[in-house]
Amino acid sequence: MKLDTSGLESAAPVWGAPSELVDGFSAAPSFEVPNTTDFDGFQKEAIQMVKPAKGTTTLAFIFKEGVMVAADSRASMGGYISSQSVKKIIEINPYMLGTMAGGAADCQFWHRNLGIKCRLHELANKRRISVTGASKLLANILYSYRGMGLSVGTMIAGWDETGPGLYYVDSEGGRLKGMHFSVGSGSPYAYGVLDNGYRYDMSVEEAAELARRSIYHATFRDGASGGVASVYYVGPNGWKKLSGDDVGELHYEYYPVMPSTVEQEMVEVGGA
Amino acid sequence: MARYDRAITVFSPDGHLFQVEYALEAVRKGNAAVGVRGTDIVVLGVEKKSAAKLQDSRSVRKIVSLDDHVALACAGLKADARILINRARIECQSHRLTVEDPVTVEYITRYIAGLQQKYTQSGGVRPFGLSTLIVGFDPYTGVPSLYQTDPSGTFSAWKANATGRNSNSMREFLEKNYKETSGQETVKLAIRALLEVVESGGKNIEVAVMTKEHGLRQLEETEIDAIVAEIEAEKAAAEAAKNAPAVPKET
Repeated sequence: MKLDTSGLESAAPVWGAPSELVDGFSAAPSFEVPNTTDFDGFQKEAIQMVKPAKGTTTLAFIFKEGVMVAADSRASMGGYISSQSVKKIIEINPYMLGTMAGGAADCQFWHRNLGIKCRLHELANKRRISVTGASKLLANILYSYRGMGLSVGTMIAGWDETGPGLYYVDSEGGRLKGMHFSVGSGSPYAYGVLDNGYRYDMSVEEAAELARRSIYHATFRDGASGGVASVYYVGPNGWKKLSGDDVGELHYEYYPVMPSTVEQEMVEVGGA
Repeated sequence: MARYDRAITVFSPDGHLFQVEYALEAVRKGNAAVGVRGTDIVVLGVEKKSAAKLQDSRSVRKIVSLDDHVALACAGLKADARILINRARIECQSHRLTVEDPVTVEYITRYIAGLQQKYTQSGGVRPFGLSTLIVGFDPYTGVPSLYQTDPSGTFSAWKANATGRNSNSMREFLEKNYKETSGQETVKLAIRALLEVVESGGKNIEVAVMTKEHGLRQLEETEIDAIVAEIEAEKAAAEAAKNAPAVPKET
């Protein structure tokens, strides 16, 4: 049954909303277009404006015990680091997490909106929504805003009746199911470490350490990633934050400074 | 009273929506329909008015499927039923598309009831003149359910229910004779209830069963005849046992 979701309805439905009392397919499909003289130029500008903003590293992977989700915490505007303490792992509900990459406001808002939709689904259907369903809801919304400048590269990770679930959803409207994903400017570095160290049957501690190291290595090489590496675990009883370590400190943990022997010592030459 | 029954959106002073009540009357004039929920099976049966000789009876199916795991039978205005069924079928597929999950029976019942309610609170329309019996299995838990909706838009779950013509007698019969059954016993119970008000015979009833594994299956006329024969035999045996001389008590 359709609850009154007019407050949640996206401003730009892909199809013209069908008249309630007339058979659903009478309206011709149409969508709203921004009011500019040069629509193509506007699109290009919008894309250029947000392109550098996916400066981040987030990753998630499914393993035997559940899902591991990790992210850095740096926000950058071009070359300026605007914050080192951004929460990039968003808690949609006690058993589902979303990661943030791209426009911070876009990610935060739409994840909150997804949380509302998930809760309404629970109330209406007396059962939790599946990770599949939640990711589909988000993907459909983002698709309806396609081309309008939203920048969202997110992963929806959770545990439902069918076990652990992980989906990648982006603002182009794409949605992929998978076992491992990394999103953001630091993702190539994170993938390198993740793919090398991944085994399906790891323990929770091993998987957490792998996730932490992958984020650390990405922050080491990518200028747009840094701050704190947060690691979350999603298991059958919901998510739990495992750690949040400053990557600067992690660096010296992994590569402690070895005092090196100096070959020649500068000797004070006394007065002749 | 005449002043308050024209427009659907007008309450009468004593709190009635006359158009809705008249719609219920239309239901009461419709063909009898019964639904019974078993532990592993759900059964729907409807009365079939004798088909005209030249009519192709296959084109007037009264029990329809909404999805692989949900079926519906109704009593009342058949043309209204067609519209409601089409909207429900679309909603079943739309639900599959948006959450990648088949609907639960409760969800689609709520949707149909919501639709029926909308037409009791809008201008320029009249309510749907039908009550529906919706059966199906929960796609995850496999639990069978039976729901009923009516023109006012209310719905509730039932173990067994009847609607349409003489539904009160059928419901009384079901209340007296209902017990948890499975498989063929459930089918028999449904047919026995229908036979209370319908002329006996396979060509006057349409019966469909749904199981988790095989989905919806319409019973053939010959099958129905066979079950009817069984029921009549049981009835005759029960009568004979009642009339037999009492066994003398041992002293």
